[in-house]
Amino acid sequence: MGKMSLEEFFQLLKKYDIDVLEGVTIEGDLEIEVEETAAADQSSLAYLYTVVQEVQKFLYYANLAMGHLTNVSSLLGMPNPFAPQVQVPQVPQVPQAVQPEAVVEEKFKIPEKLVSAKFEPYKVEYPGKINEVVLGATKKDGGTRDKVVVLGGEKSLPFYLFDADQPNLPAIAIDIFDRKPMLAKAVREHYEDVLEDPADWARKAVKEYGADLITLHLISTDPLLEDTPASEAVKVLEDVLQAVKCPIIVGGSGNKEKDPEVLEKAAEVAEGERIMLASATLDMDWERIANAAKNHGHVVLSWTQMDINSQKTLNRYLLKRAGVSPNDIVMDPTTAALGYGIDYAFTNMERIRISGLKGDSDLAFPISSGTTNAWGAREAWMKDSPIEEDSDWGPRELRGPIWEIVTGLTLSLAGVDLFMMMHPGAVAVLKEVMYTLGGKISGSVADPGDWIVMEG
Amino acid sequence: MKVRSPLEVYKFLPQTNCGECGFDTCMSFAAHIIDRSVKPENCPPLIRDAEKDAKIKKKLEQLQALTSPEIAEVVIGVGDSAVKIGGEDVIHRHEMTYFNPTAFFYDVWDTMSEKDLEEKCRKVVEFRKFYVGKFLTLDGIAVRCTSNNPDTYKSVVEKVASYGKPMVLVALNPDCMRAALESVADKRPLIYAATESNWKEFLKLALEFNVPVAIRAKDLDTLKSLAVTFKEAGVKDIVLDPVTEPLGEGLKGTFERVVNLRRTAILGEDKDIAFPIMVTPISAWLIEGDEVEKAYWETVLGSMFIVKYADIMIFRSLEPYSVIPTVTLRFNIYTDPRTPVQVDPGLREINNPTPDSPVFITTNFALTYYTVESDLTSAGISCYLLVLNTEGLGVEVSVAGGQFTAGKVKELMEETKIAEKVNHKYLVIPGLAARLQGAIEDETGWTVKVGPMDSGRIKGWLETNWPPK
Repeated sequence: MGKMSLEEFFQLLKKYDIDVLEGVTIEGDLEIEVEETAAADQSSLAYLYTVVQEVQKFLYYANLAMGHLTNVSSLLGMPNPFAPQVQVPQVPQVPQAVQPEAVVEEKFKIPEKLVSAKFEPYKVEYPGKINEVVLGATKKDGGTRDKVVVLGGEKSLPFYLFDADQPNLPAIAIDIFDRKPMLAKAVREHYEDVLEDPADWARKAVKEYGADLITLHLISTDPLLEDTPASEAVKVLEDVLQAVKCPIIVGGSGNKEKDPEVLEKAAEVAEGERIMLASATLDMDWERIANAAKNHGHVVLSWTQMDINSQKTLNRYLLKRAGVSPNDIVMDPTTAALGYGIDYAFTNMERIRISGLKGDSDLAFPISSGTTNAWGAREAWMKDSPIEEDSDWGPRELRGPIWEIVTGLTLSLAGVDLFMMMHPGAVAVLKEVMYTLGGKISGSVADPGDWIVMEG
Repeated sequence: MKVRSPLEVYKFLPQTNCGECGFDTCMSFAAHIIDRSVKPENCPPLIRDAEKDAKIKKKLEQLQALTSPEIAEVVIGVGDSAVKIGGEDVIHRHEMTYFNPTAFFYDVWDTMSEKDLEEKCRKVVEFRKFYVGKFLTLDGIAVRCTSNNPDTYKSVVEKVASYGKPMVLVALNPDCMRAALESVADKRPLIYAATESNWKEFLKLALEFNVPVAIRAKDLDTLKSLAVTFKEAGVKDIVLDPVTEPLGEGLKGTFERVVNLRRTAILGEDKDIAFPIMVTPISAWLIEGDEVEKAYWETVLGSMFIVKYADIMIFRSLEPYSVIPTVTLRFNIYTDPRTPVQVDPGLREINNPTPDSPVFITTNFALTYYTVESDLTSAGISCYLLVLNTEGLGVEVSVAGGQFTAGKVKELMEETKIAEKVNHKYLVIPGLAARLQGAIEDETGWTVKVGPMDSGRIKGWLETNWPPK
């Protein structure tokens, strides 16, 4: 746009609330020449400024001419419709935004070029390494599993691949039970058809939901529930070992008297399969469980209640008193759900992992998390907030799984190697997150800056 | 903070124990500088003397340098709603604590319909979720310029400003940014973003309008070059955006950049990049998928970088399933691990109880207590609530760990004289403490009823269980 008619110019002035010239028409071919360079300058204000300067010049001469006209017309006794209005418009308002550029430049000293700087990342190296623990045994090692799962082996914080390789990414086990447990609706609906049959349940968890391992909880052994005898309960374990060929974790009911017996029997019937016995705790006969693992070639889960010193103590007992090999121990320092003490769980696990990496051999074991605990949070399952002043909580079908995802994701960043989970959607998303950070998923978006201007 | 012991601070103080700072001794004042509840400037004699004596002025400056946070603190917004970001001192929260929670901004854009704009702004302003005795809220609004028209952008920014929340102005075109700043610079918005191609204009804007500025570059050499250039030109309030890529190798790279920036700033003591970090989970909306997938992934990105070092974020989804987990995680990660979250034990009277009202018992773990208390209050239940000192542990853990025992329940009942306040002998214990039922009955002689597992269900439980038959 190199030329602008006065009509257009007056329109422009109107836009800036300069209306003193309204009603004035100047006939003829009056045009204002504007230099191409000014128009090419993308700034419309700069353009306008140039225009205004030109118009100022024009008006100056127009004013002179008008003066003459006025004089002549008054001499002739004619009314003069625009004599008082023709003034130089209040142009300073318009170019204001443009003019300070030079001043700013001078006042603040804007450099010509970027200062050249180099970012030198600070490196962290730890002296220790987390023990590698193999779960499951294939034919070659005397078992019947199709594949094994290896946990541990880290020499750096989780997913810090820029510090050290992470040979084994975390694995995910899906929980199954030998009797119908209490489950949140959003979880239950995915297992409704298999709740009565642990073998089917395991099959579904592996084939449809991508579980790397199965955790079988023999809760019916609880003396307060069915009190199933250990010898009978482990038949379910045999069924599950038949049904799926992934590594298996076996848990009791949490009853301190009964669990050692149940886990001993489980160790016996699973001889050669290298299952994990869950769990040995400080307040039960941990030695019996440790011996059962040792005698039948299994792994023991060392479970303590969110206290680094208790964890160290129990691990030492298992190592030194019971003589369990360092490659046969996994720890569970307890998982608290998002919003229900995850801060404690996160920091406890992070401290344990850092201690292990720094060389504390009593803490250098893979970490397991009962991530299913996330479903204990009311935000995961409750239909609405019980608090009236709360904003709407939205549908729980979408809230629940993400509660499990965020709980797992947070703890994965603290150093968890094994997640015990339930919701299939949560399993899928957490796996994708961990495989992405672990460098196993390629791809990217075309331009990560597109969000800045995306519409809708 | 370069110093970790009050003694190191004490050396720089007047050591007169004048008490003008509000603490009895200079040593006590020094301890509060270490825990960051006060600053050297809060010592009146030090400030007075520094004005007169060049030597003391130098001492004050030294102390300020030694006690300033490792990561610069930047304020966005003004007045009560202003939000502080950065100011962090440690890499792991157990080393001390994290100080300023990640600030959450939610996007609107200038070509949005007026109705949608108003609705979203209102939702940001009104969002609240009760948690541990208070309400979790959102921090601000990010206004994106999608029109590329200065007038349009300016007018939408003005509208958003009227909601009184801090703003991030998102426009790479300096003319649009200038137009907006002419209206709202006094609201102290963060301007986003200076890049390799527009940095001169943005540097001018940051200096001229005295507003915090975000610099954006994926390459960390370039990011650092921008930071040094801005710093040397006199900009103090800088936010680093190392570019959030939402997927695959891109996301892996983002994680690496963010961790490296924070670690190098604190452990590597690189002051040139010791600024707050911005992460944009909104980038998740660039992936393929439906709205739920995008919002889920946005929450994943948000959560990942709440744990790992982001100081400010821009989100899109205001769906409760996205917002509730992230605001909760943020609160948790930024809880001070040095002070356990607990409340005073004792007896609480809720909704004016009478001698016929039920008696409940819970623990003094803040989360448990506030959950139970608010459930009872909001359900309009008149009752007595005994709060047992479980050393800040929840019901399940304290029952297992021996902090919640029949003996301690008996002591609490005696101390609070609850038997004199009611005309019955029924105590309702939490469902998770069911196994203590017999022991508490033996110990106290009261009849113990096992309440529901979740206090949100007390109302329904009372309908069938109270008054006891």
